[in-house]
Amino acid sequence: MKGTILTIAEHRQNSLREVTFELLALAHELGKAQGLESVCLLLEGEEQSLEGELKGWCERVLVLKAKGLEVFNQEIWQAVILKVMGDRRPFMVLFSHTPWGMDLAPSLSVSSGYPLATDCVSVVIRDGTPLATRQIYGGKLFAEVSLRPSGTYLISLRPGSMRVENPFGLVTQIESLMGIEIPQKTKKVFKEFVDTGAGEIDISQAPFLISIGRGIGEREKLEEIKELAERMGALISCSRPIVDKNWLPKYHQVGTSGKTVKPKVYMALGISGAFQHVAGIKGSPTVIAVNKDKKAPIFRVAQYGVVEDLFKIVGALKETLGG
Amino acid sequence: MDVVVCLRRVPFTQEVDLEIDKGQRQILAENLAFVLNDWDNYALEEAISLKERTKGTVTAITVGTEEDEEVLRRALAMGADTAIRIDSEGLTLDPRNIARLLARVIRGLRFHLILTGAQSDDLNEGCVGAMLAEELGLPHASVVNKIELGEDVLEIKVELEGGIEEISTIKLPCLLTIQTGINEPRYVSVMGIRKAAKKELKVVTIEELSLDKEALVPDVYVERLFYPPETGGAEILEGDPHIVAEKILRILRERGVIS
Repeated sequence: MKGTILTIAEHRQNSLREVTFELLALAHELGKAQGLESVCLLLEGEEQSLEGELKGWCERVLVLKAKGLEVFNQEIWQAVILKVMGDRRPFMVLFSHTPWGMDLAPSLSVSSGYPLATDCVSVVIRDGTPLATRQIYGGKLFAEVSLRPSGTYLISLRPGSMRVENPFGLVTQIESLMGIEIPQKTKKVFKEFVDTGAGEIDISQAPFLISIGRGIGEREKLEEIKELAERMGALISCSRPIVDKNWLPKYHQVGTSGKTVKPKVYMALGISGAFQHVAGIKGSPTVIAVNKDKKAPIFRVAQYGVVEDLFKIVGALKETLGG
Repeated sequence: MDVVVCLRRVPFTQEVDLEIDKGQRQILAENLAFVLNDWDNYALEEAISLKERTKGTVTAITVGTEEDEEVLRRALAMGADTAIRIDSEGLTLDPRNIARLLARVIRGLRFHLILTGAQSDDLNEGCVGAMLAEELGLPHASVVNKIELGEDVLEIKVELEGGIEEISTIKLPCLLTIQTGINEPRYVSVMGIRKAAKKELKVVTIEELSLDKEALVPDVYVERLFYPPETGGAEILEGDPHIVAEKILRILRERGVIS
């Protein structure tokens, strides 16, 4: 029997998450090289039919359709995946390193006894075992990790790690899963989704953003930046620490848990450039970064960099613009 | 409500150049400052504030060396009642084994809720919490940014991607991993930490947990560390601030965002 790479599909509000296709891209790449079948496991509600979107992306989709599978629930997902892993003995199972994946993969690793490497950015297979690359210390270093020898390996992938364009043109078989019991009572019960993104301004449409991060140091300094933004006709956005400290409302936040922006120019002041932040500015053609730390990861994605105290630059910009 | 909070001490690496040691598997830690992991600081504040609201207790736990006790002293100063360090005895422990050790100790404690940070600043694995919950057979949720108390249940918010949050209920006892920004961690004075030095800090060895060191085989093994591959990177604008400002303004005009 051909070995398999099993990908766990993630969907929300009736659409597959982009990261699912990234996982399938990784499964396809590894599968082609190793002669493994790429199989996607889709758990969905009775009224849903997301399997259509997966055509061409993998060789097989295992679909389990039932009431209660409209929204992710770790307890249900874990029970079903354990059963599927037991029946099919995949060589590798791929998860997304998202809040839901972070809930599911580690717990499944313990209950199945299979080793897990989380938050990987790339995976290769060498001598029959996976070698994964992870980013550590905020992206300042990379680590290559191996896993304890096992029949099945679990990997969770950082969203944004794989480039996804078009389906691979694979002939996809859709197979319905039968006879799997779904836990009816769970200890965690979903209530609703809320959108925190709405606010007085919409940074996602702005042509010019001046974005601030931890580097501004004090709340009072925000005024200086506001003045500059006003003079230049820019909107203010920020990275996560500014919202965590309550210095700006959530709708200013750029990144995976905030907004995705695509301004003509994104000027990042005192932002180190954690991947969660950088993921939100991929659509911006020009990023100008000002940071004291010459090793800050933001300089790896910026087109222009200034290694300097941001307030010296802010002051000089104001003076140069004149009164 | 009795809360157990798991803490980790991590190197402070912002604006610091990291060096890889000769063995290629670790960083050179000698010249680094160490702090409480940021996510854990929020988890700790949440634990203390729950204790204050419900007249409960807080137990802070870490796995590590004597130096790591620093984060426990901080927890005691913030209001934790007891602190436990599981001695790592020079072992490099992966998340699975850290979860295993924590579970052994926590199983013997009285608690309603376990909190951990959603991830750690250093290795970013984000999995000890959910592993620990599974070891203990507890329901769990990851990346929680709001907790409201109910009768034998909590109402929680989980921060998803794209500004969407998930509201759900979860039965106690349970484990939650905490996202930054859930609260405003209180300030801890040096004086407070000094005073807390008198509070009891318990040390547990691996042997006392009836675990065999040899059996703590890691699931994940670091083969090597390396520096990020060189990319094109940014064109660095040099010169004194006024010259740099001129250059920036020229770019902004070229891109048509200022006139």
